[in-house]
Amino acid sequence: MARRRRQPPGASAAEQLRLRDRLARLTDLPLLRGAGVSGEMARLRRQLERIAAEPTEDDVWRAVELARHQARPYTLDYAERILDDFVELHGDRSLGDDHAIVAGLGRFRGATVALVGHQKGRDIHERTRRNFGMAMPEGYRKAMRVMEIADRHGFPVLSLVDTPGAYPGVSAEQHGQGGWIARSQLAMARLCVPTVACVIGEGGSGGAVAIALADRVLMQENAIYSVISPEGCAAILWRDAGEAKKAAAAFKPDARHCLELGVIDAIVPEPAGGAHANHDEAARLLAAALEAALAEVAGLEADERRRARRAKFRAMGELTA
Amino acid sequence: MASRIDVSIEHRGPPAEASSAQRDPNTCPSCGSHYREDELERALRVCPQCGHHFPLRARQRVAQLVDHGTFVEQEESLRSADPLGFFDVRPYTERIAEAEVSTGLGDAIVIGAAKIERRDCQLAVMDFAFMGGSMGSVVGEKLARACERAAERRLPLVCVTASGGARMQEGILSLMQMPKTVCAVDLLRESRCAFFCVMTHPTTAGVLASFASLGDVIVAEPGALLSFTGPRVVQQTTREKLPDDFGLSESNLRLGHLDAILTRGELRPFLGRLLALFEHGA
Repeated sequence: MARRRRQPPGASAAEQLRLRDRLARLTDLPLLRGAGVSGEMARLRRQLERIAAEPTEDDVWRAVELARHQARPYTLDYAERILDDFVELHGDRSLGDDHAIVAGLGRFRGATVALVGHQKGRDIHERTRRNFGMAMPEGYRKAMRVMEIADRHGFPVLSLVDTPGAYPGVSAEQHGQGGWIARSQLAMARLCVPTVACVIGEGGSGGAVAIALADRVLMQENAIYSVISPEGCAAILWRDAGEAKKAAAAFKPDARHCLELGVIDAIVPEPAGGAHANHDEAARLLAAALEAALAEVAGLEADERRRARRAKFRAMGELTA
Repeated sequence: MASRIDVSIEHRGPPAEASSAQRDPNTCPSCGSHYREDELERALRVCPQCGHHFPLRARQRVAQLVDHGTFVEQEESLRSADPLGFFDVRPYTERIAEAEVSTGLGDAIVIGAAKIERRDCQLAVMDFAFMGGSMGSVVGEKLARACERAAERRLPLVCVTASGGARMQEGILSLMQMPKTVCAVDLLRESRCAFFCVMTHPTTAGVLASFASLGDVIVAEPGALLSFTGPRVVQQTTREKLPDDFGLSESNLRLGHLDAILTRGELRPFLGRLLALFEHGA
């Protein structure tokens, strides 16, 4: 399978210069025997284009900062803008109600849908109450409960992902954090109704993927989706959390790379400057993308849709035989 | 989050003793007893003195679990690509090559068909020695193929896990191995095949939060760390006081996340009994 040239982060500018130089020399070359230079030139040009199109370290870091922007719209901001009659449901019917995840039912373009999503807080009080969008097993169980209702009644499921990760606390562990993240994914794999997930901010690791196993997975332009936070990756591999920027560039959590790697199906545009600049416009763009994605999968039979969903995730990864 | 991949191993002995014990793999880090290789091998790499379970390599595990000569390895040739061109202080390709040489494995999992106590099953065994047993594209793919083969032949899947979580060097594609393996288990369930998971030290983060936790029966070796987030990270992020047995098999059993804790010697007969029970159920 495709094997790309390795580029150490930060090397692309130098690489670009080197290629340009070689290209210039080739162009100037007096054609001696009409030698096979044109192929080499085309190759260099392609390489150059690819490198120029590659987001730079700064581009990637900008997405990380925008994804975490404090004024960025959160799940409930979108719920009130894109759904009519949103009724929030509470509790996992077993242990508690986790405010880091909201779940409920509402009308989207005239039809009832279920919405689940992570919820961060804006002021210090709400942030604490929402636990910074870091969910406990109770939160995932609440989401599963609402998705099960949707499945039984034939409501499509929309899921908005925005979390730094699942909550890393003692009680979360004791309540079975790992197991519930797994079961939440399995529940989504088994749903018969159409499902669309969109990463609207931080798609942090297992806590994000727990509610992102959907028929279509979208990502906002400035959202990030990653296996680990840049700080965490830097702390482990560089042994210095300060190298977060370098780490982010190395593991490429931005939307363009995720699309290129086949992890997401489409990028949802944001208003100029980022989603925080204009919540209404961001919501309008998101609603349009969700509607289009739902329409793509709505026509399939339930079994067919489940099989296609399974096949979609089955295909992810890059191997050499 | 940061933390997910980081697995800290707790040393229960005094620090000085522990660090000297670390130098010799045949010295028990728990009680300090030292063994010859053949002694340890005979004891299934469990300390006869205190019961500490030494880490086990995938091939040693296979040899201990299956009927002699019945294991047929599958998909040995799968290797990871380097989709991100990942480069931290060293290139990812270099890290893989090194792990391959030092472990003699293609990646952190070995799969194959086998018989346990004379009953056919599909086997998948992880190896922590290969880049911390981390799950990248190859581990996800092999696990998925193991599920598919089990489904095809209508055999139970026996999986032995040991992993620090998702492999950072493959970035988001590693994270996607979680839904991928979950979907594979869904297929297994749809085909009405049983899935037994044996968790060994450590089983954490991305592996715990995907296929490992979906076993029909889940058992663990004693003293294994089984937590989504490792104790050091929990401590650092929340400043909470951790219970002494945080994340260990024993607390997981108490809290209802496991069916049983079994010593290494008990594993094979136990799996044999389960395989027999499910054989007659189908």
